[in-house]
Amino acid sequence: MQNQEEINRLKNVVQQLLDEAKQQGASAAEAAFSVDNGLSVSGRLGEVETVEYHCDQGIGVTVYFGQKKGSASTNDISSDSLKETVKAACSIARYASEDDYAGLPDVELLATEFPDLDLNHPWDINAEQAIHIAIECENVARGYDKAISNSEGASVNTHQGTRVFGNSLGFLQGYQSSRHSLSCSVLAGSGDAMQRDYWYSVARDAGGLESARQVGEKAAQRTVARLNARSLSTRQCPVLFASEMASGLIGALIGAISGGSLYRKSSFLLDTLDTQILPDFVRIHEQPFLRGALGSASYDSEGVATRARDIVSDGILRSYILSTYSARKLGMQTTGNAGGVHNLTVEPGSNDFAGMLKLLDTGLLVTELMGQGVNRVTGDYSRGASGFWVENGVVQYPVQEITIAGNLKSMLRNIVAIGNDVDLRGNIRVGSILLERMAIAGE
Amino acid sequence: MPLLEQVTQSILAVNGLQTQDVDRVMAALLSVPVDAADIYFQSSHFESWSMEGGIIKEGSHSIEHGAGVRVVSGDKTGFAYSDRIELPILLEAANNVKAIVRQGQQAQRQIEVAKSWPQLYQPLNPLKSLDDQEKIDLLKRVDSETRKLDSRIEEVMVSLIAAYDSVLIANQDGSLAADVRPLVRMNVTVIMVENGRREQGSMGGGGRSDYSFFLENDRAFEYGREAVRLAQVNLQAQEAPAGNMTVVLGPGWPGILLHEAIGHGLEGDFNRKGTSAFSGRVGERVASDLCTVVDDGTLVGRRGSLNIDDEGTPTENTVLIEKGILKGYMQDKLNARLMGVKPTGNGRRESYAHLPMPRMTNTYMLPGSSDPEEIIRSVKKGLYARNFGGGQVDITSGKFVFSTSEAYLIENGKITRPVKGATLIGNGPDVLTKVSMVGNDMALDSGVGTCGKDGQSVPVGVGQPTLKIDGLTVGGTSV
Repeated sequence: MQNQEEINRLKNVVQQLLDEAKQQGASAAEAAFSVDNGLSVSGRLGEVETVEYHCDQGIGVTVYFGQKKGSASTNDISSDSLKETVKAACSIARYASEDDYAGLPDVELLATEFPDLDLNHPWDINAEQAIHIAIECENVARGYDKAISNSEGASVNTHQGTRVFGNSLGFLQGYQSSRHSLSCSVLAGSGDAMQRDYWYSVARDAGGLESARQVGEKAAQRTVARLNARSLSTRQCPVLFASEMASGLIGALIGAISGGSLYRKSSFLLDTLDTQILPDFVRIHEQPFLRGALGSASYDSEGVATRARDIVSDGILRSYILSTYSARKLGMQTTGNAGGVHNLTVEPGSNDFAGMLKLLDTGLLVTELMGQGVNRVTGDYSRGASGFWVENGVVQYPVQEITIAGNLKSMLRNIVAIGNDVDLRGNIRVGSILLERMAIAGE
Repeated sequence: MPLLEQVTQSILAVNGLQTQDVDRVMAALLSVPVDAADIYFQSSHFESWSMEGGIIKEGSHSIEHGAGVRVVSGDKTGFAYSDRIELPILLEAANNVKAIVRQGQQAQRQIEVAKSWPQLYQPLNPLKSLDDQEKIDLLKRVDSETRKLDSRIEEVMVSLIAAYDSVLIANQDGSLAADVRPLVRMNVTVIMVENGRREQGSMGGGGRSDYSFFLENDRAFEYGREAVRLAQVNLQAQEAPAGNMTVVLGPGWPGILLHEAIGHGLEGDFNRKGTSAFSGRVGERVASDLCTVVDDGTLVGRRGSLNIDDEGTPTENTVLIEKGILKGYMQDKLNARLMGVKPTGNGRRESYAHLPMPRMTNTYMLPGSSDPEEIIRSVKKGLYARNFGGGQVDITSGKFVFSTSEAYLIENGKITRPVKGATLIGNGPDVLTKVSMVGNDMALDSGVGTCGKDGQSVPVGVGQPTLKIDGLTVGGTSV
């Protein structure tokens, strides 16, 4: 369901910007305009806590004077403001340096087909109804177990937006999309032994959300499971990343094979194209055209056509993740990834979560990571973790206040198995990941 | 022109509004019994320039404005905002948000309002403090001077950012408060290569000033020298140890430990709700008696400083921990009212499109009496952490982590060799009780901190003297 009238309204503004850029002497230009409306409500301890009405818009333009580039943006779309914005971008371009690699994409790479990706399902819900769902969800969590002692509340968010992108090569496209979520966070225990955890569900279509009951129960289960957590002694052992943590591991890999890291030579996977970076059984591919998925798009943020393709197959890196600029810097062609990846999918293995625990046998299950201890240049990895100690495939007790460390290069090579318990809540779709061993530091 | 008049002109008048129109929106908000209401007007100008590969590569400029309308009744908040500062839109927003009020108190109209406060920074527009050619020249000079420092340098990246933010806050008592907030930031990152090994170093700084800040005391070039030094150290770094050991934290930026491990847990909202590991502990010992920690929004020109917070309350120097005893929390108006204490000037928001909440300003520990060298000498085996990357805290369990970006082994009272990025992990309510020595070398950071909470980012400052902590878990690879 796409409201063509609204898309056309935005297209007119984008075209106006592109025309103004030409008027002011730019040899090329691109512009984007997005409008987003939403409602967020939260309930806590059985009562409404906040009701927020969101209404955002933003417009940005990039102009080129030959090989010189400048950008500007504003949230004011009056015609005076649009002129001023273009002027600011042009002024910056005059001071920027000539950059041989700067410029719009090659025209033949721009998207020409725009299938309906089923991304727009506005949720017909008012504040009162949203509050009702949030409070129901929180009530389930609070009533789930006697150990639940307090709450940070539950919230319902619904957003619907329109995005239009155009450039001076004649590309002018737009689409609408929606995104809704339900989340809940509760506490258990008291004093020094207090623990908190949460759960959330997110979908393009409200019908695809987990129910208030499911979200509330998972939030409560996860919180209660953390009570009486201990530290571990310093050791080496196998580590299983729960699927919601595994996406971060794959995210670090994606960062390292992205054009920006590569041409800056700040990647631990420099010059690894066509070499083995993962075990034989690993396949990672991009699926931009999945209907209704969170990361779907038929063109990237430069208008370049996206493609369903393998990034890793048989453990061998088949393709970098490139934008027009980074591709030119590397002497390659853009992969349609300006702005990021689209439903990056790690091919699931044959084990469900229980099977993965059995494979882990004795070691650490990680369910939360803290801090930013990932060095993209060297691959050194050291983060705070909490989770569970597992023996013979059975969870023994919760653990906290430990760190896990290793080097991503060898961590990736030493993946033992990937589960089929895929987390679909993000742009990276991956099941739990079992690593042969990592260094654990604790008490 | 007085500040209030200047801001009224630049935000209201240019959009065709007068102060009477603000009163009309406020009257609409107050047509139901509420505890508090405010309207937050904002106009922001922002620019960034970056240099990479020896060329001026990117530049961007943005102008944004808007207004946020809020009512509070008990602990319930209704909020709406718009990027169009127009009377009909603000009235509609007011009507939407007041629907949250079912019952409540009539707004207290006699709130004490400070009528004046010291100006901690000038209402400068930093974007205009240099012309564009001068900004470019500064970047190029920093780039070329930095590249000369070491033949192993492969890449230098320099960035320059300025923001010019004007806010006007209308409160339910009819008061209007204005602030004009300049903020500048510069950063230098170098990548160095030796024998196939590649490491980076990064240094920056800034404050509530204009671009002349970087020309004073050779600051811009000092960032380059420091970035090179850090990359040189990292090229020598070996595997970090793992396990529980004595950790000495250097002065200045390592104060991020206080910010993460202690500061967040002392924010009023978490404590009102009883979700912080520090909840209900005022008057109790939470640190060794060597530790006094403050949150001070009143430091002249600092990145975390504000003349008034985003609710119009003048900022304060708030004692959080005095000689080891927890004294109080950081408060915005809502949480202060519900906890029966005074606001402390810590009500901050990222922008008009976000709700205010209790946030830190500049958080630091006061100096002690130990000579920093004596502190190092007292450690037989441990880690000296001189610089950090980011950190994170779970305010409920109190667990925190942060990553070193410059650290050394201490062996027999001497700093021996640099170690690679290690993660420190500990427990907030616990960590300061293990502080056994506090240096006399208190320093604030160079002006680079950005704090995230509930998806909102605000600039902050941190600081501390050299500290010795008896036992913290270090997460390295060398088991």
